[in-house]
Amino acid sequence: MTVATKPIRVLIGKVGLDGHDRGVKLVARALRDAGMEVIYTGLHQTPEQVAATAVQEDVQAVGLSLLSGAHKHLFRRVLELLKDQGAEDIVVFGGGIIPDEDQAELKAVGVKALFTPGTAMSEIVGFVRGLRS
Amino acid sequence: MQERRPQFSSLSGLNIERLYTAEHLKGWAPETDLGAPGEFPYTRGLYPTMYRGRFWTMRQFAGFGSADDTNRRFTYLLQHGQTGLSVAFDMPTLMGLDSDDPRARGEVGYCGVAISSLADMERLFDGIALDQITTSMTINGPAAVLFAMYLAVAERRGIPFAHLGGTLQNDILKEYIAQKEWLFPPEPHIRLIVDVISYCATQVPKWHPISISGYHIREAGSTAVQELAFTLYDGLTYVEAAVKAGLAVDDFAPQLSLFFNVHNDFFEEIAKFRAARRLWAREMRRRYHPNNPQSLLLRCHAQTAGSSLTAQQPMNNVVRTTLQALAAVLGGTQSLHTNSMDETLALPSEEAVKLALRTQQVMAHESEIPDTVDPLGGSYYVEALTNRLEEGARDYFRRLDEMGGMVTAIERGFPQREILDASQRYQREVEKKERIIVGINEYTEPDSSPIPILKIGPNVEQEQIARLSDLRKSRDPFKMAGALEELQEAASCSDNLMPSLIEAVKAKATLGEICAALKEVFGTYREPVVL
Repeated sequence: MTVATKPIRVLIGKVGLDGHDRGVKLVARALRDAGMEVIYTGLHQTPEQVAATAVQEDVQAVGLSLLSGAHKHLFRRVLELLKDQGAEDIVVFGGGIIPDEDQAELKAVGVKALFTPGTAMSEIVGFVRGLRS
Repeated sequence: MQERRPQFSSLSGLNIERLYTAEHLKGWAPETDLGAPGEFPYTRGLYPTMYRGRFWTMRQFAGFGSADDTNRRFTYLLQHGQTGLSVAFDMPTLMGLDSDDPRARGEVGYCGVAISSLADMERLFDGIALDQITTSMTINGPAAVLFAMYLAVAERRGIPFAHLGGTLQNDILKEYIAQKEWLFPPEPHIRLIVDVISYCATQVPKWHPISISGYHIREAGSTAVQELAFTLYDGLTYVEAAVKAGLAVDDFAPQLSLFFNVHNDFFEEIAKFRAARRLWAREMRRRYHPNNPQSLLLRCHAQTAGSSLTAQQPMNNVVRTTLQALAAVLGGTQSLHTNSMDETLALPSEEAVKLALRTQQVMAHESEIPDTVDPLGGSYYVEALTNRLEEGARDYFRRLDEMGGMVTAIERGFPQREILDASQRYQREVEKKERIIVGINEYTEPDSSPIPILKIGPNVEQEQIARLSDLRKSRDPFKMAGALEELQEAASCSDNLMPSLIEAVKAKATLGEICAALKEVFGTYREPVVL
């Protein structure tokens, strides 16, 4: 007997005031093309909005893009809010302009992966697919 | 011999042939399509002597942390021979929010300088002679408010507005299209822009009230043709709005300026600058029949392509930037910013920004490239490419005209989708190795040695919050509220908003308060999500 696999649901979004959405849209398209269910939040989302949407949409992962330098505060805030809502099982990952030192810090507090400019889409798709197992 | 590829195409996807000859320039006439430098249609350059007269302005975009931090960086750049200032504002400022707004948490001073009040603006330019330098301000949604602050600083120092030179970016259409930092819906935003244009025409005659920008369109992933088309069409949209508001074209068009990206495809970029001047001059003449030839000139600033830089092997970025800068100079730009090698990691460090400035100085003083005007003019290839870019842009003009103009096109998501599709095509080409990026998909290294980067401390936010709290306690609340009421009244009718904005900032209303008051009258914008 085979069990039909449900597609992975992933929320892709921009948090904070940053408007650079070239990368995030390419990631959203790549995940969608790879057969995943992508919920794209649009721009200028607050951490509260992101966490609420993630819970409401019952996603397995949240991918956030930040090129404004505000990553340290905003990633932490999203992680906190997810935890407050008992949704710490949702994987948080992201990408953007994030210096090595900050990457280490963010990974230590629970950000699962960070992808910087130059990353191949296939790598990001592979990462999200790997979350199922 | 077999060629390296079955087909060669430019970065924008234009087919590139093995050799260009006179065959490719059939119908092209040097008298009408090229002209002399300083003469219609300005393909060869805006001025007869170009860089033999004076070099382009070397203008490095800078801003981070507090007003004092950025003031120190400005002073540093001026000491090292930079010839103009260019202010980068942080995200809250770009969105018209004060540093103490809850939505600004974690963002204050990070990707630019935090300016919430006239007092911040005064500290930003402390010790800098506003009548002796020119200042460019990259601000769009709340541009008129920041400009009012700049004017108020000049007024306090007794500098007549007529002595102020500089540029306000003030281009909202490309925000809706690409950069995505807006405050109001298109109609009131465009009215505000026309107010600034009209105010500058009479009060600040040496100021460029708008810098119609393709830079961000390109960074968002557009092709060179799209950058050229959407930018110039945006420009014509503003001209049309100003003329409809009752301004005579010759009263404001000589003050307009444009801003382009300069990307990796060397010849295509050179052709883009040449095509831009020609297309602008032709369209301005055809549509508005100006009497003053100055109204036909496309004056521009250029910046090397941030999105072409790589976090991997960051020193390679110096080479990329050098080639791009060379294309801008061969294209005949009036002003240039060269990116620093560390910009894919953080805001540039002092050392990195100095090297970027030195790149321009070496080119200007050592290469002898600037000694003759438009050295590539008449090259079969460059002229053919110039023609192709102009034609490609005209195709988009026709489609935009058919749609009923740029605002409708934006509401339908047309330019946004065209850009996203182009950016996806490019990404696929890189992933399939049809385009090689050194250090990314070829010649990779496991881990490059880290370079020192600039860090912004959390104290910037705390200090800004404290300053704003002091400001709110120390001002006359009635005077401030009165100024905001007058501003709202002016916004509700068709009065020029600049005088009431200047009064409001002088009454110590903050950026956030002023923008909130205007939003009450103008409303806000929600973008059509294009994916």
